[in-house]
Amino acid sequence: MSTLAFEDVRVRYGTHRSGLTAVDGVELTVPSGSVVGLVGESGSGKSTLARAAVGLAPVTGGRVLLDGTDVRRLPRGRRPVQLVFQDPYSSLDPRMTVGESIAEALPRRAFGGRQAFRDRKARHGEVARLLELVGLDAGRSGALPGELSGGQRQRIALARALAARPEVVIADEITSALDVSVQGSVLNLVRELQRELGLTMLFISHNLAVVRYVSDYVAVLYLGRIVEVGPAERLLADPQHPYTRELVEAAPSAHGSLLAAPDSPVADAEPGDPHRPPAGCRFHPRCPVGPLVEEARSICTTVDPATVAASREHRAACHFAAAVGDTDTPVPNSVVRTGFPSARSDTLE
Amino acid sequence: MRRLRALLRTPLGVCAVVLLLLVLALAVAAPLVWGAQATAVDTDAIQQGPSGAHLLGTDALGRDLFARTLVATRLSIGLALLAMLIGVTVGTLLGTAPAVLPRRAGRVIVAVVNIAVAFPGLLLALFFAVVFGVGTTGAVLAIGFATAPGFARVAQTLSASVAGRDYVAAARIAGVGRLRVLVRHVLPNIAEPLVVNATIGAGAALLSFAGLSFLGIGVQAPSYDWGRLLGDGLNRIYTNPAAALGPGVAVVVAGLAFNLCGETIAAALGHRTPLRRLLSRTSAPAAPVPAGADDTDPVLRVEGLSVRFPTAVGWAEPVRGVTFTLGAGEAVGVVGESGSGKSLTALAAARLIERPGVVAADRLEFAGRPLLSAPERELRTLLGTSLAMVFQDPTTSFNPTRRIGRQLAEVAQEHQGLGRRGALARAVERLAQVRVPAPAKRAHQYPHEFSGGMRQRAMIGMGLMGTPRLIIADEPTTALDVTVQRQVLRLLDQVRRDTAAAVLLISHDIAVVTQTCDRVLVMYAGRIVEDLPAAELTERARHPYTRALLAVVPDLAADRDRPLGVIAGRPPEPTALPAGCAFAQRCRYATDECRSADPQLTPVGDDHRLACWHPVTDSGADTTDARISVEGSR
Repeated sequence: MSTLAFEDVRVRYGTHRSGLTAVDGVELTVPSGSVVGLVGESGSGKSTLARAAVGLAPVTGGRVLLDGTDVRRLPRGRRPVQLVFQDPYSSLDPRMTVGESIAEALPRRAFGGRQAFRDRKARHGEVARLLELVGLDAGRSGALPGELSGGQRQRIALARALAARPEVVIADEITSALDVSVQGSVLNLVRELQRELGLTMLFISHNLAVVRYVSDYVAVLYLGRIVEVGPAERLLADPQHPYTRELVEAAPSAHGSLLAAPDSPVADAEPGDPHRPPAGCRFHPRCPVGPLVEEARSICTTVDPATVAASREHRAACHFAAAVGDTDTPVPNSVVRTGFPSARSDTLE
Repeated sequence: MRRLRALLRTPLGVCAVVLLLLVLALAVAAPLVWGAQATAVDTDAIQQGPSGAHLLGTDALGRDLFARTLVATRLSIGLALLAMLIGVTVGTLLGTAPAVLPRRAGRVIVAVVNIAVAFPGLLLALFFAVVFGVGTTGAVLAIGFATAPGFARVAQTLSASVAGRDYVAAARIAGVGRLRVLVRHVLPNIAEPLVVNATIGAGAALLSFAGLSFLGIGVQAPSYDWGRLLGDGLNRIYTNPAAALGPGVAVVVAGLAFNLCGETIAAALGHRTPLRRLLSRTSAPAAPVPAGADDTDPVLRVEGLSVRFPTAVGWAEPVRGVTFTLGAGEAVGVVGESGSGKSLTALAAARLIERPGVVAADRLEFAGRPLLSAPERELRTLLGTSLAMVFQDPTTSFNPTRRIGRQLAEVAQEHQGLGRRGALARAVERLAQVRVPAPAKRAHQYPHEFSGGMRQRAMIGMGLMGTPRLIIADEPTTALDVTVQRQVLRLLDQVRRDTAAAVLLISHDIAVVTQTCDRVLVMYAGRIVEDLPAAELTERARHPYTRALLAVVPDLAADRDRPLGVIAGRPPEPTALPAGCAFAQRCRYATDECRSADPQLTPVGDDHRLACWHPVTDSGADTTDARISVEGSR
């Protein structure tokens, strides 16, 4: 397995004037064999980042590296990064049997000692093996997607991603279209496969509880920028960025108290608009500890906190987050890093 | 396929198929049977009118026109189909090429097609007829190329929508080449509408061809098709009308055959099932009991509510005998998987179930008025002012072409007789009440200028335009992010406290419901299986399904080293419900009793109703089973 690294990745759609920068200078490393969870609200650029890694979105700045090689410069026909889509109802061709869909993704050419599946029999056997790997009966390969439930379709989509012999699997909101009773079994499968095959995974979800359950590390994305990243348990137990704290508090749980409303000037603030990101800290119009609540903190409206994020705990992009060392164990630099190139050179390695 | 067969049994379908078979059979057989007769020159019978021997009369050489009309079927149909084939092939190639070619070349093709579409088909046909020269070949090519742009446009639109689907993206990520994507994914998925179009287009090609031949630039003598016969016959229309009418009728019949067949196929693919027969067989809904004046009038009283829909295999009953009441100021949550009937229950209470759905209830009263029997006009005003609905998808709940303020004001104008200005002022006031920032400015904006959370607020504000006694919120926060979800839930809670309106909150998220409601109704397969106070849900839930629902959702305290709880299997189809308890096949406590007898919802304690033969009694016991495991952390 390999390491997937986003280096100052920027994705911009549209023209110069009316464009939209969906992802704005993201630095994120998914270490080999581990799962990095990516959370954020809609419009934060989660899916765009995933699509950029597989070539479905234009990388307009920075690079996506797989073991140091730009994914755009990989040999033709080799597809080491695979994406599993959110909606299992639209990600499978309704007119192809699930076996055909999986077989289509099997590598036709051999790469670096990897097997190629040229003849019919070998492909058939491999499809059967993959179906069993995702917990389905090999006999279902002749079924059409319409005959399967949402959970079963999502298993097929996983099998198809694995068929391509990926180095990295990106899961984009793979359980959000499923019923809660099915979500659990798909999450269990993801964890099982990841451990069994030692997969490198980027797991994207808006659901913090789901991300926490699957991931080793968690990165929080806000308006196209990573605002905090760290080991899953620690990040959620001791969030540094106010946005992460908001997410943790707003996550519904049987024991929390969603309705206990702190009467704050930002309690009913609107989510950020990626077309018009605010100046300074992008979170400041919604920040419960920011300039709208504490007047002295005018720095938030003018200075971008991302520039020295690397010096703070969890690389939090917040002027008022604790510095590294203030809490017990610092985040190992070699594992997860974020921030900006200017910050990287003097603080990493 | 089943749908097609069903359609073929309708009069229209039968007509279409019989006609088409007749025409095709003639095209094959006529030259063999009447070929000699059609070419036999009889100088004794020149230009005769209709007679027993010559049904349509004879032409200038004494040849039998009826035989000639029949024999001409082959050439007319054959040429029309050939032209259509050319049109479809060229059109499909042009239409799908942009998906395969590099972007720039694709754009050029799209532009060419756009220009070609702008010209009328007949003009193009005449242009090409001149270019390719007068004659049969020229006419076929002309009509073929003239129909191509239309097809190209259809194919282009269809393939563009398919190319945007996730499965095409998935194939590209898997390294499948563009041409292969086109052949394996795009073409099969656009084939159906193209076939329908081609069939209808064949009828049009037939007409165009007859037109060209009629004008003398199509089929040339000695060959003849219907258009030519028509042209020859027209010269003598006053002496022998049959000579022109015969081929004319042939053109109409053949054209009809193609068009009707196209329509039949289109109807079969368009997922239209004839439901009228099923509906007419049903009995009228159970007569509602007239409302007795209760002293403690609940806002909503539902007794024995059922909702039924006709399907291809009989009636489905996604809501089966639901009973509950909702008091003023009370917040009741309804949870369950998709298909459990939770949304339909709410829609039935708001009288939003449309035909062919059938709502029946022993009692269904809103604010003391029976919803199934009260006069329509009275209910409209009552529901318009006292019932507020908040739907799941905030993007579709407002009319995108009208300003938010006006849409809110409309409610007050309609039901409270307020003037335009007064209504708008109230709308602004209500927007402020639901905490929409800068409400006066916001009222003049269109729905697309509102974010999802703001739209849900505006929707709640719309409900507040009257004096709501009940707010039905159907998954109001499912499409929203957690931080916005919290804002909307808080707002609902605040509105409830301010107005004493009852809230019926439908959600798949048991945690959301637990935190925002007084009481929770758990639904499964169209029934309420448990009804208990929200505060007791985590500790005192006794139905195995409720327990399982609580166990399958990970929260921020879930143990990461243990697999999540899973409810094996899936809910029964509403058309194929088992005899006993609907949950029995997924329940680990199920016995033979559960599989044979359906448990009824009965009170088991204060404010607690349960439909289960073997309720889970001891909380915390038996929690290690893999099928319904409850994490120790809870």
